[in-house]
Amino acid sequence: MSSPADLTLAEASAGLRGGKLSARELLEATFDRASLTEAELHAYLTIDHENARAAAAAADEAQANGLWVGPLHGIPVAIKDNMVTAALQTTAGSQILAGYVPPYDATAVTALKSAGAIIVGKTNLDEFAMGSSTENSGYGPSANPWDTTRVPGGSSGGSAAAVAAGSAMIALGSDTGGSIRQPASLCGVVGMKPTYGLVSRYGLIAFASSLDQIGPISRTVEDAAATLEVIAGHDPLDATSYRGEYPRYRSLLGEGVSGLRVGVVAELSGAGIHPEVLSAFRSAVDSLAEGGAIVSEVSLPSMEYALSAYYLIAPAECSANLARFDGVRYGLRVDGATVEEMTARTRAAGFGPEVTRRILLGTYALSAGYYDAFYGQAQKVRTLVIQDFTRAYEGVDVLVSPTSPITAFELGSRTEDPLSMYLVDVCTIPSNLAGTPGISVPVGIDGAGLPIGFQIMAPALGEEVLFRVAAEVERASAWNNRRPPMVEADHGV
Amino acid sequence: MGRRVCMESVRGAPTIGGMAIDIDIAYVARLARIDLSDEELERIGRQLGGILEHAALVQQLPTEGVEPTSHPLPMVNAFRPDRVVPPLERDTALTQAPQAEDGYFRVPPTLEAE
Amino acid sequence: MEYEAVIGIETHVELATASKMFCGCPAQFGADPNTNVCPVCLGLPGALPVPNEQAIEWIVAIGLALDCEIAHRSQFHRKNYFYADQPKNYQISQFDVPVCSGGRLDIEVAGVVSRVRINRVHMEEDTGKMIHVGGGGRIKDADHSLLDFNRSGVPLVEIVTEPDLSSPQQARAFAQELQTIVLALGVSDAKLEEGSMRFDGNVSIRPKGTQEMGTKVEVKNMNSFRSLERALAYEIERQTAALEAGEQVLQETRHWDEGAGVTGGMRSKEESSDYRYFPEPDLVPIEINDTRREAIRNALPELPAARRLRWAALGIDPASIAVLVAGGSDLAGVFDGAVAAGADPKTVANWLTGEVTAFLRRELVDLGATPLTGGYLFELERLYAAGDLSSTAAKQVLVGVLAGEGSPAEVAEERDLIQISDTGALATEIDRVLAEHPAAYQRLKEGDPKVVGFLVGQVMKVTAGKADPKVVSTMLRQKAED
Repeated sequence: MSSPADLTLAEASAGLRGGKLSARELLEATFDRASLTEAELHAYLTIDHENARAAAAAADEAQANGLWVGPLHGIPVAIKDNMVTAALQTTAGSQILAGYVPPYDATAVTALKSAGAIIVGKTNLDEFAMGSSTENSGYGPSANPWDTTRVPGGSSGGSAAAVAAGSAMIALGSDTGGSIRQPASLCGVVGMKPTYGLVSRYGLIAFASSLDQIGPISRTVEDAAATLEVIAGHDPLDATSYRGEYPRYRSLLGEGVSGLRVGVVAELSGAGIHPEVLSAFRSAVDSLAEGGAIVSEVSLPSMEYALSAYYLIAPAECSANLARFDGVRYGLRVDGATVEEMTARTRAAGFGPEVTRRILLGTYALSAGYYDAFYGQAQKVRTLVIQDFTRAYEGVDVLVSPTSPITAFELGSRTEDPLSMYLVDVCTIPSNLAGTPGISVPVGIDGAGLPIGFQIMAPALGEEVLFRVAAEVERASAWNNRRPPMVEADHGV
Repeated sequence: MGRRVCMESVRGAPTIGGMAIDIDIAYVARLARIDLSDEELERIGRQLGGILEHAALVQQLPTEGVEPTSHPLPMVNAFRPDRVVPPLERDTALTQAPQAEDGYFRVPPTLEAE
Repeated sequence: MEYEAVIGIETHVELATASKMFCGCPAQFGADPNTNVCPVCLGLPGALPVPNEQAIEWIVAIGLALDCEIAHRSQFHRKNYFYADQPKNYQISQFDVPVCSGGRLDIEVAGVVSRVRINRVHMEEDTGKMIHVGGGGRIKDADHSLLDFNRSGVPLVEIVTEPDLSSPQQARAFAQELQTIVLALGVSDAKLEEGSMRFDGNVSIRPKGTQEMGTKVEVKNMNSFRSLERALAYEIERQTAALEAGEQVLQETRHWDEGAGVTGGMRSKEESSDYRYFPEPDLVPIEINDTRREAIRNALPELPAARRLRWAALGIDPASIAVLVAGGSDLAGVFDGAVAAGADPKTVANWLTGEVTAFLRRELVDLGATPLTGGYLFELERLYAAGDLSSTAAKQVLVGVLAGEGSPAEVAEERDLIQISDTGALATEIDRVLAEHPAAYQRLKEGDPKVVGFLVGQVMKVTAGKADPKVVSTMLRQKAED
């Protein structure tokens, strides 16, 4: 018999509501799956057995009293460890925050709890979300459930690996340059980055504030949409929070794509994309056309500059965002004779090499005499990227591309060359610069048995059409909720 | 002075490839307040040179008359009313402090006056 | 060679909002250390700023009061520098698009009016407080430092002048006038001793008559108008001596040492001014359209310059006007209230600049904290004008009212200060005094004017000071003619 840990949100909710499944059973199955996989995956930095069990018991008791807490009642959810959780260690994957216990919950975490979710634990990530493989974690890398010698992607690699492995039904990730979509692609799950401002960033430990966005990682498109319905919403504690209407994101699921205009981004679906990825991508595009979509190729000339702009803007913002880690009020302190020396030593000891590199890169790009040439110019390129998107969306409803140019790569294969690692984000970065939504849906497997992801992008606040197309891609592909080999036995396949 | 040379090369025509981007990495590390050894500085300086060469691509796009974007969506005037909300308990505020004393955060003496 | 000074002033004003600039923590002064703090103003991971709308309205009000342009669209920037009292190690401030720019303020020194141009007025946040322990509290000898973040994030308005001032006296006049305006607007306590208003001076000197600017030195740490004037005077003297000795003036920041009466150089680093400003991505732009700006302008209280003109027209002397204007909106409100009710302006002005000001200074209270109103002042003035209170008694009643003893009539009654001006009652007393002093009575009848004073005194004595001396004097003169 299959484990409840492998159910979708929709299935689990039905079971919980109908009394066929208890929150406690579901949680224990999730813990069992974690026991089975964690030694190899290291998807989690912290598993909160005690509080999760208490929450599950409370959910069951509430239900026994006829109270259904919310749309995530009893659902085991994992949180990327760059979102603060009250009284639960939050490290952002950095040694500089080893042992740090925040006094408050991130708004997105509060939303999950209010909807009845059970917080399983905190997942591994590249330190401060800077990376594409989780190899930059200050606590050791995570592995890909499809092949544990390979990376799960990053920076939300722990969240993607946990959802793929079934040690969480749903997870939250954060996406600054692809950090939800790329690991989802590499782990064969759905990962969605909402429109900037849709999910409050309050309590998300900032990497690059104008690019960061929290979003769901799940095993189905419907689960992602359902989770977004819970975590999206205006938050008065975030001045960049969207102040308009928040629709029901599942409303157009199952409508098909007949008559929708789909644009294939020329610059992101040719040179530089691995042939196997490209072939799976093309098949998925064909299936959309078969479903009645009007497919065309669209050129966005600024795309090739987007990566360069990103690698100036994100480090610049991070250089300021990470200045608060100074050994004064919380986190690591390495002693020094003066406060200046203490801070300089603390930061040297607490930050890993990639974070140090990006802080210095950003500091340089903002420093006297260089601002206009680097940061200022990058912001103008950002404008051009937005204009390119705006123009493209005049002719199409959604844009599509592969999510990642390659499938999961070997652990350690790219760590020595930062630039080669950055190039992995080439397809996902433009949406972050434009603040527009994007989603990765698994569509195939390469020759090495590794998942391939398909990216759909939509205009700002275009989540409904985004999910509509994603659901069709999911339905039309032969993916069919395929699970990694390591959990197949437990999955009962 | 090395930096002035660099600025000229940045403005000059060949903005990618072959461009020697000169970084006073020790100065940048002091600005960022990270205590790095000479060896580390040298290595990171080299890596940044490579990344910046790629990043300098941004200078190839003509951007005459293009406004910079610092915020992806057009929003203005997100304010809060002037209302007091209860602060943290002092013990909570201080509980994560590496060193605290008499209700204060404690640090080594400072070199610089503000 | 003769030198002239070129001075610009940077003023920081802490706004008196209830909550801080970017979070809901109380902004009040004087709480126990680290009790007015939260994730935002402690710079905890994940916390985000949201601007206080009241502070934005108030900075616009300050800008309008200084005749500034109000930007239709302005923007916060991050100013990056490490300092342990600054929790995020960047300050949310403004850079190329401040809320207000290009204003002016007229000041007067020794009867000469000069115009000081305002470069900009921008919004930022205050830092925490660092206490240096050991080494007598001196920074360089301290054993360790303690940090209190209660002030961290309190809204701070920075007002920057053009280098239009040429003497320490002008600088002081500017500072005082600015304080008066801020008090009139009611947007800050503007207390120099508590640091809610702080002045830094930028001083350079150049040969008289030349146009090129000399090397600029920033002088900090002056916490009274007097020390501002002294520090600038010292700095001008120091720079002049340096140039005369053939030395160079270093571009630096110097701290004023009030006790020693000197400025001293501070350690500065090569990178200390590389602030790496960039637009604050956590905040969206501020838009102030014409409608909103005009609504704020229409709600502005009367400003000191207008008050001066109006009060001069009432016949108040310039010295009294200066004191009244310095008293801010509370004092102006009481004065105008009394005058509007019909009190004599000069009498009321005398009391406010005399007894009332002395009382407030002596008791260390603000006028707003006393029961004195324009209505009470009018009531007192009527009692005085009607002769029910002597000049001395009126002042005693005023102190009683300030001290909370009741209305003027109640205090006068309670303290038994109502004058006897009833001629019937006084005639009896006068007859008694004349009977007791026949020689004096004789001189009175002979028309000796000098004896009137003596006899008035005697009547005052037998009536325990309650007789109206003017009425007694008139009655005595009539007796002499009888």
